[in-house]
Amino acid sequence: MELLMAISIGVLTTCGLYLILRARTFPVVLGLTLLSHGVNLFLFSMGRLTLEAPAVLDGSGNHADPLPQALVLTAIVIGFAMTAFVVVLSLRAAVELRSDHVDGADPDEDRRL
Amino acid sequence: MALLLIVLLPLLGAFLTATCVRSRPRCNSLLAATGPVISLTLALSLLPAILRGERLLAHWHWLPQLDLALSLRMDGLSLLFALLIIAMGLLVLLYAHFYFAGKPRDSQRFNSLMLLFMTAMLGIVTSENLLFMLVFWEMTSLVSFLLIGFHADRREARRGARMTLVITGGGGLALLAGMVLIGQVVGSYQLTEVLASGDLIRQHAHYPLILALVLLGAMTKSAQFPFHLWLPHAMTAPTPVSVYLHSATMVKAGIFLLARFHPVLAETDLWLYSVSTVGMATLLTGAFVAMFKHDIKGLLAYSTISHLGLITLLLGMGTRMGLIVGLFHLFNHALFKAPLFMMAGIVDKATGSRDMRLINGLWRHMPYLMVLTGLCAASMAGLPLLNGFLSKKMFFAESLQSPFTGILFWLTPALAAVAGLLSVAYSVRIFHNIFFNGLPGALPHYPPRKPSAGILVPVTLLAASCLVVGLVPQYVVHTLLQQAAQDALGGALPEYNLGLLHLFNMPFLMSVLALSGGLAMYMARRQLFALYDRLPEVDAKENFEWLMLRAGRFAERQVHRLENGSLQRYAALLMATAVVLPGTALLGVQAWGGGEAMTPLDPVTLLGALILIASAIAAVVVHRQRLMALLLIGSCGLFVTLLFARFSAPDLALTQLSVEVMAVIIMMLALSFLPQTTPRESPPLRRGRDLLLAGSAGGGVAALAYAVMTRPQQTISDFFLANSLTGGGGSNVVNVILVDFRGFDTLGESTVLGIAAVAVFALTRNLQLKGRVAGDSGSYWASEPHPMILRMMARPLLPVALMVSAYIFLRGHNMPGGGFIAGLITSVALSLQYMAGGLAWAHQRMITSFRPLVGAGLLLALATGLGSLAFGAPFLTSWFGHYHLPGLGELELATAMLFDLGVFVTVVGATLLILANLGKLMTLDGPGKEIG
Repeated sequence: MELLMAISIGVLTTCGLYLILRARTFPVVLGLTLLSHGVNLFLFSMGRLTLEAPAVLDGSGNHADPLPQALVLTAIVIGFAMTAFVVVLSLRAAVELRSDHVDGADPDEDRRL
Repeated sequence: MALLLIVLLPLLGAFLTATCVRSRPRCNSLLAATGPVISLTLALSLLPAILRGERLLAHWHWLPQLDLALSLRMDGLSLLFALLIIAMGLLVLLYAHFYFAGKPRDSQRFNSLMLLFMTAMLGIVTSENLLFMLVFWEMTSLVSFLLIGFHADRREARRGARMTLVITGGGGLALLAGMVLIGQVVGSYQLTEVLASGDLIRQHAHYPLILALVLLGAMTKSAQFPFHLWLPHAMTAPTPVSVYLHSATMVKAGIFLLARFHPVLAETDLWLYSVSTVGMATLLTGAFVAMFKHDIKGLLAYSTISHLGLITLLLGMGTRMGLIVGLFHLFNHALFKAPLFMMAGIVDKATGSRDMRLINGLWRHMPYLMVLTGLCAASMAGLPLLNGFLSKKMFFAESLQSPFTGILFWLTPALAAVAGLLSVAYSVRIFHNIFFNGLPGALPHYPPRKPSAGILVPVTLLAASCLVVGLVPQYVVHTLLQQAAQDALGGALPEYNLGLLHLFNMPFLMSVLALSGGLAMYMARRQLFALYDRLPEVDAKENFEWLMLRAGRFAERQVHRLENGSLQRYAALLMATAVVLPGTALLGVQAWGGGEAMTPLDPVTLLGALILIASAIAAVVVHRQRLMALLLIGSCGLFVTLLFARFSAPDLALTQLSVEVMAVIIMMLALSFLPQTTPRESPPLRRGRDLLLAGSAGGGVAALAYAVMTRPQQTISDFFLANSLTGGGGSNVVNVILVDFRGFDTLGESTVLGIAAVAVFALTRNLQLKGRVAGDSGSYWASEPHPMILRMMARPLLPVALMVSAYIFLRGHNMPGGGFIAGLITSVALSLQYMAGGLAWAHQRMITSFRPLVGAGLLLALATGLGSLAFGAPFLTSWFGHYHLPGLGELELATAMLFDLGVFVTVVGATLLILANLGKLMTLDGPGKEIG
């Protein structure tokens, strides 16, 4: 299962990074979302994979590592804040610059006109 | 403590003068003088101890890891310089008060900068730690930039200031390198230890490099050839600045450095030849050019350069006597050069010009100033009975006993005599030319304005001290000078006598020769000026500007080569670095898999992970169809949620689920304003490169994750598991960590969420939709009616959802849940109302002050944290207790719950603020007023 988890993390990271390297804002935002999934899972996996033992004290003595979970929880919320901000930023940029290219200028504008 | 006060009082004064009584020049100047006066008193009170040979040290730790300490030292050398700096500073403040009469703003700004500069100079001379000294060294460069560029509206001033900053700042960098090398060699940055390690440094392989770097620092600061060019160009500064920086203090900082490091760096052939050659070249160049400058300040600037060269030459000889004479001349130079600069300023004010071809015959108008100038110029020329005579004669005597051999042994006194001759010539010129030499030319102000009585006070004091030092040096400076030399050298001093007038010996003959030769040269000045004018003109400033321009363009080209404004390139470079640097470090890893056995695979998890992987890959493949890609990303989020749930993280699963809903809604809202497809732009090669980059990064991350997961775990979480119930009063350890153990982090994170929401609010404000990118169909999505079934179902759902939210919130401390999750669930429930009923419909039925809500949430969380302070516990300590309430049963109440409530409120406010403002953009009547 560890290998499967590692592969999932790798695929999410790869896909996220590839999309971040695209030239338009929307794929970049999607890429950031995928990348944060990858990073969250990576951080989470640092506490190892535990089955059916949530970090809620019940006297059994067998618990998942709560610290990475707490860190990832806030990371998810902050990731959401960041996504929301970047989405609106890209929206504003697209409206103000009349292009949703990440560099703010449409490289093919002259050709298309 | 007294040491610290001496340095800090002027600094305090700098801030006070900058802020208080700004429009009342008299009060401001008095305020400015207060700090230095106390400093001077303190410094004088230390005098007896210092003269007994004591060395005072004060030490405070600053950054012990870097061996950087706030440590101060006061010995004879420091005290000599400190007294000079403070006393001169006070006289300059007095002078400046009258100089800037009628210009309160200038006066106040000068006072403040001047005190700042005084602090920096005092810091240099009293620092015990080399790095600490460098801080002040750089401070002098920076403040002198501001002072020289005082009249920033003048181009010349700006250029002069910039030239100074580049040259002295560059020297400062060299000095930094030199100091670090010294620190590496000695193993300490404390001056006491460095000074005791002279042999170690001199025998070290890096000695030539250290010497070169330290000399670069000292020579640039002290305007030594060929770095002397900045000094004449710094004359664009107001005269009080020139008096202080260019006669008394800043240029002496380099000399101080040479004297301070004498025991460490001197007494080698390398020192002897490099320092004395530079000194001699500076002495001659300065003296020669000074004669031909028609600008009074220009003449004085070059004469200063020449005198600095003389002092450097004396220090360069490396002999003990040379250092004593050097320090004596440094002291004398300050005494006679400062009043001459002051005179230049007074004449400039009175006549409106500094051109000596126009200024003649002023003795009629300013007889008193003429007398004072005569005294100081005579001292500069080296006439008997004045202080300049003593040190110059001693200089001649030293030049006769130079440690050189062969032709250099005779060349040194010969050249010294020539320099003496030149200095007599320009000293005579500055006196005779200004006050006699016929009638004034076409002056801007004629007859000259009368200088105020006050402005003459500092000039008088300084001229008088020239005379006193010249007559009775043994009573005035001898003991301190001796102590200074003693502390600089750290050994026994040779026998010498400051005041003795050996009349008919070789140095006296040299003086007479210089005097008569100088007078003769002045007589022949007209012919010499004509000759000088025929020399090819080299404008150093133009050359410098040209060089700066070229350097700037070169740097710009290099930067543009790397930084072409493309985000894609930056992202690629960033990723490449992140792949290559750790990648190379990980190349040597033998076994990626650790020893731990893997958890057995089960088919359901496998299926979930495969769908996650497939959705991610599919999202990339179809990313040009944006809506499709977004849905696939949503599916990724769902399966990540399931992975969390599978691996015992219910809190994470709940959070991820609700966040996913909100994120997809927001992205979908934004997508409605963006093009629905992405054009194919990157060529295949580019896509291949990107895939390679992303693939290797992903592969690396996967390998790392695998490597970590299959290795034994060492965790600090046992503490949290053990203390959660007893210390935090909750059995859900994740929640207790969030609201208790790491509550401060959570507070910060809620703040980030709030800030992001407010930023979204600001960005959607006044968003001009006229220019919006049209969708394919060109229609407003919101123009379609809200589906009836959804509308009907949503209403009864709201109370149910809110109840679930409350339940999740309340049980959060002991079961999966908590403020974050409950807040997100509430937001999802409310956003469903938006979707079902429309923005306008929803807003009629709810409070829409979201920004106050965000603030209130943060304040509540903060107040809970601060509340613990009232009970004497550290910030964010929680309190809890269990109560039995009739009807409700056992109930736990904890202050952590209040904190969590703050988080809850912040989350609700922030998400709704984002959602409402984004959503209002697509209503039929356009953006309208902002919400929240």
